[in-house]
Amino acid sequence: MDFVDYYKTLGVAKNASTEDIKKAYRKLARKFHPDVNPNDKESHKKFQQINEANEVLSDPEKRKKYDQYGENWKHADQYEQARQQQRQGAGGFGGFGGGGFGNFGGGEYTYSGEEEGGFSDFFESLFGGGRGRRSQAKYRGQDYNAELQLSLTDAYKTHQQTLTINGKNVRITIPAGVENGQQIKLKGYGSPGANGGPNGDLFITFIINNNTGFKRERNNLYKEEELDLYTAVLGGEKTIDTLSGKIKLKVNPETQNGTKIRLKGKGFPVYKKEREDGDLYITWSIKLPTNLSQKQKDLFTELSKLSS
Amino acid sequence: MENDELIPAEDFCTYHNIEYSFISSLEDSGLIRVTAVEHHTFIPADELQKLEKFVRLHYDLDINLEGIETINHLLEKIDEMNKEILQLRNKVIS
Repeated sequence: MDFVDYYKTLGVAKNASTEDIKKAYRKLARKFHPDVNPNDKESHKKFQQINEANEVLSDPEKRKKYDQYGENWKHADQYEQARQQQRQGAGGFGGFGGGGFGNFGGGEYTYSGEEEGGFSDFFESLFGGGRGRRSQAKYRGQDYNAELQLSLTDAYKTHQQTLTINGKNVRITIPAGVENGQQIKLKGYGSPGANGGPNGDLFITFIINNNTGFKRERNNLYKEEELDLYTAVLGGEKTIDTLSGKIKLKVNPETQNGTKIRLKGKGFPVYKKEREDGDLYITWSIKLPTNLSQKQKDLFTELSKLSS
Repeated sequence: MENDELIPAEDFCTYHNIEYSFISSLEDSGLIRVTAVEHHTFIPADELQKLEKFVRLHYDLDINLEGIETINHLLEKIDEMNKEILQLRNKVIS
């Protein structure tokens, strides 16, 4: 390990003020910063040296230690030991150390996409394995994922549910019209961030189980309804179930099998759009009568003769 | 539905400890593009690397917006020239 003259690296005098050091660092950093010298290994190396010098000289405590032991850093431990022995010999509180060479670091190198810090062995030896940084890196907490099972009727109305996520009760409002497989994000409900970083998020995926007779396609609902032959031929009324209750429908005379009717606004609510609903489509499935009595058969025969 | 390719600008600012106004200034200068969804600003994931570079230039190197614009322009030029050099080199070799 060679001694590194940080003053020389930054091109400042040993008695340079903090302001001079800052200016010198900024000037050199602008010249050699990896962002302005892409793919230039020499510049990157130079920038690391500048960065290291700035880490030491811009911090009064580190600078003091560097100035104190710098050129004789190899003997720093011996000096400290001797100093401690002296203090113990004088009857003071020994063993708490005269400071020693602490670890200043923590955190990660802040240049994403660049190779790891690259501080010199000299720096490591003098200031420990840690690397000083512009600021301690903040880490965003981990995201959580959860699945929530709902019935189609649950998804039809806006309602609240309480979930237990990692021992914490989370009360959420589920807007009407949520779709199967849809994911919502609850910002900040994930794992806590580190070093003041933001919390992760909670992602909830809705699984909608349809145990109704309705088929759902986005906001529209589809249902097949049976209609007896007589009502289909002669017309009349039929009461059907919808998700919002029973409704009475008028059936036109001579309604054909497979006839589809649209009930506007009787479908599924549109997600996060109040008072906006899809449509309900009813397909008539005409049921032919069975177990006919002799009289019914005779009447059908008569009807058949009239039609031919 | 949430889009994984968008990063909330608010989260980015908290993470990097920067002001939102910096992001809007970059957007105003056309250096980055952002997306607004329901009054919230999001950063497309493919803009992230560029944005983080601008954050470093501004906050680490004290370069103002005009400086960042100039640097960005020159870097793009250098990149183009490097590509051209590579093509020419390959031509000479082959």
